[in-house]
Amino acid sequence: MAKARVLIPNGALGLGFDPAALARGVAASPDIIAVDGGSTDSGPSYLGRGVSKYSRAATKAEWRQLMLARAEAGVPLVIGTAGTCGADSAVDWLFDITRELAVELAQQLKVTRLYCGQSPGGVAGALGAGRLTALPGAPEISDESVRNCTNIVALAGVEQIGAALNTGADIVIAGRTTDTAIIAALPIMRGCHAGAAWHGAKVGECGAIATTQPASGSIQIDFDETGFTFTPLGAATRATPYTVSAHMLYENTDPFILHEPGGHLDVTAARYVALDAKRVRVEGAAWVPGPYTVKLEGARITGYQAVSLTLLRDRRYVENAADWAADITRRSQEKTQSRTGLGPTDYAIELRLIGLNATLGALESQAGRPAEIGVLAIATAPTEALASEISKILNPYLLHHALTDDEPMPTFAFPFSPAEMPRGALYEFALNHVMALDDPMAAFRLQTDEVGHE
Amino acid sequence: MSRLGAITEKIRSKNAGPFWLTIDIFCGNSDVFSQVSAGLETTRVARLYATDPKLMKRFDIADLNVVKFSFPRPVTQGSRTDRDMHGAGWAVLLEELELA
Repeated sequence: MAKARVLIPNGALGLGFDPAALARGVAASPDIIAVDGGSTDSGPSYLGRGVSKYSRAATKAEWRQLMLARAEAGVPLVIGTAGTCGADSAVDWLFDITRELAVELAQQLKVTRLYCGQSPGGVAGALGAGRLTALPGAPEISDESVRNCTNIVALAGVEQIGAALNTGADIVIAGRTTDTAIIAALPIMRGCHAGAAWHGAKVGECGAIATTQPASGSIQIDFDETGFTFTPLGAATRATPYTVSAHMLYENTDPFILHEPGGHLDVTAARYVALDAKRVRVEGAAWVPGPYTVKLEGARITGYQAVSLTLLRDRRYVENAADWAADITRRSQEKTQSRTGLGPTDYAIELRLIGLNATLGALESQAGRPAEIGVLAIATAPTEALASEISKILNPYLLHHALTDDEPMPTFAFPFSPAEMPRGALYEFALNHVMALDDPMAAFRLQTDEVGHE
Repeated sequence: MSRLGAITEKIRSKNAGPFWLTIDIFCGNSDVFSQVSAGLETTRVARLYATDPKLMKRFDIADLNVVKFSFPRPVTQGSRTDRDMHGAGWAVLLEELELA
């Protein structure tokens, strides 16, 4: 009977885990250790620049523990969406860390990188050939908007992870993958129930979030030919039919359907049964094969920003902050256009009032009486230099602008010098599309290296 | 009249990818679930988020005592006018809503 035991250290590399829980998982002889390395959730800048959100030192410390766990278990360690965004440069970043650790830990390893980066020209060609399909809520795209992306990645599924594992790698560092693919790959390769493989992978992709103690991190999933068994590894951590089934809601538009490369998962008929106080058995999910497509993510630069922060504490200014900010915005708009020659739609000035409605903007329904208001002034322009110029044009108003002409000149609080802070490029997500592939590996590349102690 | 946040266990909003937002109302028990499921109109939620009710997906899941809404994000994640990268702040609008 086909079986696979998958150890999931935590929801993402960098979030930490309970070492005792991980050790319990290693002692239980897993067939693979699978961990997620990122998502789009931190925004488009990471993909746009191809960099990790987390500190290199922190990532290295946690990856060291997983490399030690792998050596002890003697099974492959696979990470998906390496370096937050899964761009090729982020894969190489984690590969460098792995190579350093292999030497430090005196491990000799075969490391396979799965590259998911796409050339913008190639994707533009696929668009022209009618191989791209927009998903609901997708932005309008054109040949030009695709070519302007600084990074495009395709989300790998179980086929590509399987190909990487078949190189005989001790460690697989994958670029962008679906959250589930790294967990579902081995069970599917071994002939476990496909619906159960994808379903268990979705429930397990965030580690112990689907348990009573999310911070414990590590969980174990046993897949077989009819379903899967979900086991939390924290000493006092429990999974219940409720915690496991409720995780299908998480970050999913539809809690019953999940689209993956080559088909979709349907959990409408799934049954969740408590095996004991700790473990849950799940059966009944269906895998519905479809055309082979992979989802694309891309990011491009839409401008450059500089920001500043001013604090209003004077009661009269706090009470009239919205009018004050509107007046400053109008005056600095005029000045920006006359001094820089920019047209009204070439740039943007926005003053967000922290303490009033900075989180929700026009949707805010509560009228509070804050003691102070933070004025986050955001200048967006076609170049870094112009963004900084606009920020400096705003500065005298933010420092001294009075509500009326007939009052002494006020001065407001600035926490920093210089007042303006360049933010660099502003990126936006430019794709929410799937691309049809004749061969699952057509858009992906493998690179296998021997690293470590000689 | 009862504030939705006061009678339910938890209300969570989160990105479902950069272009969608999803909100889960964990009612905690079947009585509250029935009350929320029957009393909370989809059009009212759409109005709260200034979104088109026709684009709103709704799931009333009795097994979990959860009412779930998914809809295109009011602004795309990380775009110039986005105020909340992870979309977690939008839940408060439902928490503060009075259920008739």
